[in-house]
Parts: sequence; structure tokens; C-alpha cells
Amino acid sequence: MGVGIEVRGLNAWYGKNQSLHSIDMTMPANHVTAVIGPSGCGKSTFVRCLNRMHETIPEARAEGSVKVGDMDVYGSGSDPVEVRRRIGMVFQKPNPFPTMSIFDNVAAGLKLNGFRNRKQLQELVERSLRLAALWDEVKDHLHKKSGASLSGGQQQRLCIARALAVEPEVLLMDEPASALDPISTSKIEELIFQLKQHYTVVIVTHNMQQAARVAELTGFFLMGSLIEYDKTEKIFTTPADKRTEDYITGRFG
Amino acid sequence: MRSRFQQGLDDLKEKLLRMGGLAEQAIDRATEAYRSRDSKFCQMVLTGESAINEAERDIDELALDLLAMQQPMAVDLRFILAVLKINADLERVGDQAVNIAQRVLDLISEPEIELPVDIPRMADAVSTMVQRALESFLDGKAEVAEAVLQMDGIVDRMKDEAFVVLVQKMTGDCSCTRQALDVLLIARALERIADHATNIAEDVIFWVRGADVRHGGAHYRE
Repeated sequence: MGVGIEVRGLNAWYGKNQSLHSIDMTMPANHVTAVIGPSGCGKSTFVRCLNRMHETIPEARAEGSVKVGDMDVYGSGSDPVEVRRRIGMVFQKPNPFPTMSIFDNVAAGLKLNGFRNRKQLQELVERSLRLAALWDEVKDHLHKKSGASLSGGQQQRLCIARALAVEPEVLLMDEPASALDPISTSKIEELIFQLKQHYTVVIVTHNMQQAARVAELTGFFLMGSLIEYDKTEKIFTTPADKRTEDYITGRFG
Repeated sequence: MRSRFQQGLDDLKEKLLRMGGLAEQAIDRATEAYRSRDSKFCQMVLTGESAINEAERDIDELALDLLAMQQPMAVDLRFILAVLKINADLERVGDQAVNIAQRVLDLISEPEIELPVDIPRMADAVSTMVQRALESFLDGKAEVAEAVLQMDGIVDRMKDEAFVVLVQKMTGDCSCTRQALDVLLIARALERIADHATNIAEDVIFWVRGADVRHGGAHYRE
């Protein structure tokens, strides 16, 4: 099951440049929340702060409180590796391990975590590929084909399967469909909709129609601040803030 | 890309206002036909209807294209939805003007009699409502649209009064039944036009404020 995410007073910097300003945002469990905004608004930085990916960039740092279920992501005893296991991430460009087989791609995270039981491993790989809606397309050549041999859309679903294999509670997606054709995009979108039964999903997207299609809640970021956060229907039909309206109607950004 | 979209929205507005002009003209001609008992005005209304129908199709088509090609959001989406609904209302206004013209043609084929109903006064009120509703659409003025909503009750009362006095008249003197019935139907057509003006005003408020004010009260999206 997914867990809720509660962000309070989150600030982030790249060197001396502050890229996020006191973000407060609550993302409910088993919902899809979209984060939209123009380039450079801080939306990617925001999601990368949720699983402590932000700090992997030199001179980047973050302050504030992020609670994912009962886990205090920035608490003193928090372990970034454990954080990233519980909060999976999928990126814009599919990045499977190119020479590994499909099976090994999905099993990679589990093996890294010391998982050795072959039968259980097989079960988890199958479950993850099914959840990622890829199983039927690859089940006959799990060990024969490499990750790189798949199409772009399949590679992205493979990456989703890989993220799901370690059984996270939250799935962060940074522009997961922007490099895909419309058919693959609609598969990913349908998948996101299914995944929320098991996970809490946060998706960054440039594509507002995509946000409107997949997310129940949408937050609009501008210059590192969260301008408006509401039900998706409200944001796209009657936004409260003029800046949100100007952005989603294409008047700027 | 966007400026082309903006151009599309401007075209849509202009087309709708032009259609509004045709609908207003139809009401005025129908009213003039009643005042002057001149069938020439009735014919103008009847022949003018096809232009209104054509405008309706044209506007629907452009609105559909904009929805499909530009995927508008927020205020733009509300604007196009409002245009589609106003378009249908204006077409119905045209139909009601035709109904009035047909009743007037029937009236003038009968001997002229005195009836205790002031149709021109009612038509003035209705025409003002349509004008104001279109004005509110032109400038996106929700407060003008609100004033239109206030006027609807007055026209409703005028129609109710007409109904009472005309039924009395028909009951007392059956030689004038046909004329009284014509006038009654004209009053009803005018009242319907006022309802359409009300709908238009509500759609303008929805476009500008994002509030649904139909059926009394303001409903804002939660």
C-alpha cells in the first residue's frame, strides 16, 4: 500500500542559488499528484528532494521536513539508501542496464539488497513486470533479450518494473513519457492510473493534458514556489491564482 | 501557436456577436410586425432565420476545431463552453422570433381588436435583456450579466398577467379567441426569449468567474 507524503518548509539550493522556497505540500496515499510548471520552476528539484536524490548533485542541499508515511526523510537517523528503496523513481529517458537481460534488469535492485532466494526472486520479477504491464510482451524471452533490445515504451515500463521490484511505497516519476510516442504514452498513463492502487505516485510533467488525464491533484510551481495546489479538475477549469491561469492557458511559460 | 489560438478565440467571439446581432434584429422585426401589422416584417424574420441557423453551425464548427486542436484550459475552456451554449440559445431566440412572426401573420389575417395586453412593452424589456446579455459577453462583464438575471422575473410576471387577462377575455367573448390565442402565444415566445437571455447571462458569469449561477445561488467548484 502507498503512504502519504507530507512536506513542510522545504527549501533547496544549488550552491548559493535557492531553487525551492518553503514548500508545504501534502500528497495523500494512493493518489496521483502531478507537479507542473515552466522549465526551471523547481518541479524536478522538488521531487528529487522527496527521496534525497537532490543532494547527490555537488553543492546541492535541502532543508525542511519530508515525511513519507512514518519515515522522516531528513531526520537525523535517516539512511538515504533506505529512503530511495522506499521511494522509487522513474526518469525521463528510459535507462535500463543495456547489456543485462530483462530478468536481471528487474532483479538488479533486489540482488543489490542481498536477495538470494531464486524462487522468490522469480515471483517478484514476474509480479513487477505484471504491475508494469510488460509481462505479456516479454515473458517468453526474459533471459534471452537485453534491456536495450526493447522499444522505448517497453524500456520505460521495464524501468518502472525495476523500481517496483524493491517494493517501494511511493513512486516518483520525472517526465516519464516525454520521450515516448503517443501509444506508449497512453500505456504509461494507463499504468500510472492502475499503480495508484498500490502506490502513491508523484509525477512531474511538462504536458498539462497528461497531468489532467492522470492526476487527481495538481500543484503548480513557479520560480521555486508552490503557487497553487488543488484538485486537478479545479486547477484546469477554474484555477484560483492568475499566475496558474496564465500558465495553463499558455499566456506565459 | 498561441497567437493563432488567440486569433481563433477572437474569431469565435466576433462570430457569436454577429449572430447575436441577427437574433436581436429578428426580435425587433417581429415586434415591429406586431406594432405595424405589416406582413413585410414577418417575411423578413422568416427569411432571416436561415442566416441564424448557418451562423450556429459555423460557430459550433469553429468551437469544435479549437477544442480538438488547441486543448484549451481554464478561462479559455470556459469561454468556448460558454460560446457553445450561448450559440444554442441564440438559435432558439431566432426560432422564437419566427414563432412570433407566424402568430402576427395569423393576427393580421383577422379583424383587428383591442386586447388588454401591452406586447410592445414586454418586447422592449425582452429585447433589452438580450442586448445586455450580449453586451456582458462582449466585454466579459459579469455585473452586467447579473443585472440581466434580475430582469427575468419582471418578464415572467408580464407573461403571467397576459395569460390571466387573455383567458378572461376569451372566456367572456369567444369571437376574439383566435386573436387572443395568438397574442398569448406571442407573450409566451417573448418570455422564452427572456429565458434564453438569462441563460446567456449565466454562461457569461461562468466564463468570467468560473461560477455556476444556474438554478439560483452561486456554485463554485470545490
